[in-house]
Amino acid sequence: MNVLLDHWPEFREGFIGTIWLTLASGLLAMLLGVVLAGFRVSPVPPLRFFGTAWVTLFRNTPLTLLFLVIWFAVPQVFDLGLSPWAKALVVLSVYTSSFVCEAVRSGINTVPLGQAEAARSIGMTFFQTLGTIILPQAVRTVLPPLSSIFIALTKNSAIAGAFSVTELFGWQKLLSDKGFPIAWIFLWVALGYLVIVFVISIFFRVLERSLEVAR
Amino acid sequence: MSASVLYDAPGPKARLRNRIYSVVGIAAIVGFAVFVVMRLADRGHFDSAMWNIFNNAGVRASIRDGILTTLKVFAVAGVLSLVLGALLAVARASDHRPVRWLATGFIELFRAIPLLITIFALWVLFLTYKDDLGVVGENNGFWALVIGLTVYNATVQAEVLRAGFNAVPKGQVEAAYAIGLRKSQVMTSLLLPQAIRSMLPTVISQLVVTLKDTSLGYIITYSELLYAARQLANNTLVNEQSPYVPVIMVTGTIYVLMCLALSSLASWIERRGRRAKTGIKVAAAAEPVAEGGLGDAVPGAGPAAPLLEPTTVETQASPEPRDTDGPDEPPSKTN
Repeated sequence: MNVLLDHWPEFREGFIGTIWLTLASGLLAMLLGVVLAGFRVSPVPPLRFFGTAWVTLFRNTPLTLLFLVIWFAVPQVFDLGLSPWAKALVVLSVYTSSFVCEAVRSGINTVPLGQAEAARSIGMTFFQTLGTIILPQAVRTVLPPLSSIFIALTKNSAIAGAFSVTELFGWQKLLSDKGFPIAWIFLWVALGYLVIVFVISIFFRVLERSLEVAR
Repeated sequence: MSASVLYDAPGPKARLRNRIYSVVGIAAIVGFAVFVVMRLADRGHFDSAMWNIFNNAGVRASIRDGILTTLKVFAVAGVLSLVLGALLAVARASDHRPVRWLATGFIELFRAIPLLITIFALWVLFLTYKDDLGVVGENNGFWALVIGLTVYNATVQAEVLRAGFNAVPKGQVEAAYAIGLRKSQVMTSLLLPQAIRSMLPTVISQLVVTLKDTSLGYIITYSELLYAARQLANNTLVNEQSPYVPVIMVTGTIYVLMCLALSSLASWIERRGRRAKTGIKVAAAAEPVAEGGLGDAVPGAGPAAPLLEPTTVETQASPEPRDTDGPDEPPSKTN
């Protein structure tokens, strides 16, 4: 108990750091993922290839290796002078975007072809078809996997802590270096993550309920 | 791509447009690739001297040892996580409430905690009490990594197997009870085999995650492939700089190949299962969609307990398929 009370400010900082990192990379990963999914279903072969290559590459590479890449290899190509936090943001977004892309793509593919054809046959434009027929149904299918992806992202953000970014794992590392009993630290850190994960799953469950569609 | 949900079959105009996009797309991708390669070449990362390090016996040995260590951790953790996962899945379907609660609590707790946190905590624990536990030297990192991977992946595998239990037709379980099989027999001879069979692709996909996560050993300075690679790049100097880029390229390729080999095994089993006429539906070869937090991993999967009790059968009328375009209107009279 004392571990938490004596180091409350650091804990709070770590907790908020985790939340910020997760939210920011989540948003960026969503954007990237949707664009990539667009590439993968587009009628343009090179874009399809690009999307497929991206997904294959990043889904089969350990996240820790990607951290090493942005720390040691990317600065050799163009040194953007990013802060560790921004580097972690980029890595987490790129890694997560490949999973988002697959989720969105499978969501689009669950919409029956006949519905899209019917929409086109009554003269709806591409964007009308997308906005009124496909997306409303696809979104509903995409929610459960997205919820999983965001939870995984929260957990993956811990790796950023090992690369000197302030978040909960960093707090755990700091205090165990100071020689506090690991069991207590572990308990508090675990509790912090449980709260975040719980909030994410509740949020998605509420979304799912409110976006129910008839099939 | 003749018919997709998003696009109509392209006409002459659209074909021309797609061609233009193709050319622009190829140009952009190739341009970017060339830019990166040029920049790396300028920095001397493609000099023969840089890549010559892989001809060095010592370098090869350290990479080989790294791969072997990674595979060793993966093998032990993979097997243990499957065993523990099966145990947890069975425990979660137990008739005894305390057992069920314990299993559920264990699963929910360790699934929500980042694996790194668990591994790190175990590592510190082993370091602190190494005299009492008798874990020394390299074994420290090894067991921290293996136990962490086992615990986390077992919780996921348990949820996957539970989804497999729920996929087994209920009539089979009822039939088994009807001919007088005991619960343990129903579990071992009916539910587990079918659950494993139908969930094999998903189980293997989760094993890919296990394999990827062995790289967390890097953070606790355990000498698996990634840490070996990092040490290698740190300790060699070629033309005044560390060969990070070549080493990362080689290491990355090794990881991608290992994971792809496993992923394609999963996809192959899935395809094979679709063709088989066993009547067992095969799950998709994808990472399991498990909702963290408190809830069922599988939408619509209730508590698995009722499945294992002899229940009275209630024939349920299947819900009417609902039209997607609102209620049917009576045909208007046409005169």
